[in-house]
Amino acid sequence: MEELLKAEHLDFVYNEDQQDGKQVLFDVNLSVSPGEFVAVLGHNGSGKSTIAKHFNAILLPSGGTVYVKGIDTKIEEKLFEIRQNVGMVFQNPDNQLVATVVEEDVAFALENLGVPSDEIRRRVDEALKTVGMYDYREHAPHQLSGGQKQRIAIAGVIAMRPDCIVMDEPTAMLDPKGRREVLQTIQKLNRSSHTTVVLITHFMDEAVQAGRVVVVDDGKILLDAPPKEVFSKVELLKSVGLDVPQAAELAFELKQSGIPMPDGILTEEECVAALEKLLKEK
Amino acid sequence: MITDITIGQYFPGKSFIHRLDPRIKIILTIVYIVILFINQGVFGFVLSIGLLAVMYLIAGIPIRMILKSLKPVIPLIIFTSVLNIFFIGGTVIWQWGIITISWEGIRLAVFMSIRILALIAGSSLLTYTTSPIALTDAIERLLKPLKYVKFPVHELAMMMTIALRFIPTLLEETDKIMSAQKARGADLESGGLIRRAKALIPILIPLFISAIRRAEELALAMECRCYRGGEGRTRMKQLHLGGRDAVAVGVMAACLAGVILMNLFLPTVL
Repeated sequence: MEELLKAEHLDFVYNEDQQDGKQVLFDVNLSVSPGEFVAVLGHNGSGKSTIAKHFNAILLPSGGTVYVKGIDTKIEEKLFEIRQNVGMVFQNPDNQLVATVVEEDVAFALENLGVPSDEIRRRVDEALKTVGMYDYREHAPHQLSGGQKQRIAIAGVIAMRPDCIVMDEPTAMLDPKGRREVLQTIQKLNRSSHTTVVLITHFMDEAVQAGRVVVVDDGKILLDAPPKEVFSKVELLKSVGLDVPQAAELAFELKQSGIPMPDGILTEEECVAALEKLLKEK
Repeated sequence: MITDITIGQYFPGKSFIHRLDPRIKIILTIVYIVILFINQGVFGFVLSIGLLAVMYLIAGIPIRMILKSLKPVIPLIIFTSVLNIFFIGGTVIWQWGIITISWEGIRLAVFMSIRILALIAGSSLLTYTTSPIALTDAIERLLKPLKYVKFPVHELAMMMTIALRFIPTLLEETDKIMSAQKARGADLESGGLIRRAKALIPILIPLFISAIRRAEELALAMECRCYRGGEGRTRMKQLHLGGRDAVAVGVMAACLAGVILMNLFLPTVL
């Protein structure tokens, strides 16, 4: 299968032209296939957001190449094609809504692309229904909660019908309820519309839901594997300042003290089931 | 504290006036102001104020809203009236020392006051019945021809939209910063004017910094959604002129014609 996003030997230096330039990415090789749900995990300053910003040409590589659907992101004439194919959602929902009415905001990208009005109307309604915000279409953004605003931002992006959505810590500023809403929306998009999702996060429980987890540390890719495999490496993750999900950590500690817990426990339910089974066997 | 913020003075409704095309409303408001100023006689004022009263009734705007919008202009009215009464020469009807009051002065003072009041009430009707978004939209479309003389119409409208969008956000933020500074012992309420102005500095600086940061992020988000200025942009909502707008234009045209005719043929009674 052809890769949708592909970074080859990607290096990136901030303030490249100045003396005090700081290299934040070192030889990153990463590819994402259509339909995948990839979580990029790392602590603050690990370079995970910098990787994300390369996928729709906000940043251009200092070394190496980034391809979107086979197009080199350095080609300036293809900029809008790339941005239409890779939608981007940011951390602060307030700072990415442009218009004073929800539906106008969702229409913003389509208006920029010069889509005819009736087609815009159709796609805006569709996008709002997908994120479950259709009833709020005539509200003003400041009347909405953080989670709702973030869903509007997602609607604004999916209205462009991108192949892939890159989300840069979309839940970092939300309360638990808002986080849940946004995560459900992301999963729905990935499962029912087969949109490729790249989720940048530092929440372990969000990464668990992805199909593949990429752990970034100090500008390098440390691990790139399914969640079960990644989170079984408890000690490695802790050494780079990351936590593992609580259930995984409990299972790990129990195993260390000689209790035969099975491998690959990630969620509370799995942990409860395993413990129950062990207790019954006794 | 600041929870429900209404921007401008839009009074939501679904009346005939509310549903007029905002472009037509702007043009008709300008025509109405012209009518007020070309009119020379009493009958013209009766006609134009009657028209305004009928429009307010149709729009269903309560009387207190009209009074509220007229309140700030009272000093201006008093000021121009005094000037007109004392400094316009003509048939003297009262004299005391160097102060003279003429018949023409009083007449002009009354006319001018009526004009100012009707002008404010008329233009308020526009903002009461048109949402700020619709107004911005209409202004963008009406100014479109200016694009040919390189006037940045789209940019202007975009700025207005973003300003409208961020007013509540920034108000909310100001509120938060004020609370944060108060929690650290900032005294915002006491002292003279200069002290209070100084006390605002620790509020304004964080607000400006955050506004600039917001602007940066918003610009990035806009670029990610393929924003490239007004070139080749389409709009989801198209404005269409309807029968309603034709009726409104007709009524206003009749009024204009009426006032012109009255000016020409009715001798100025007063």
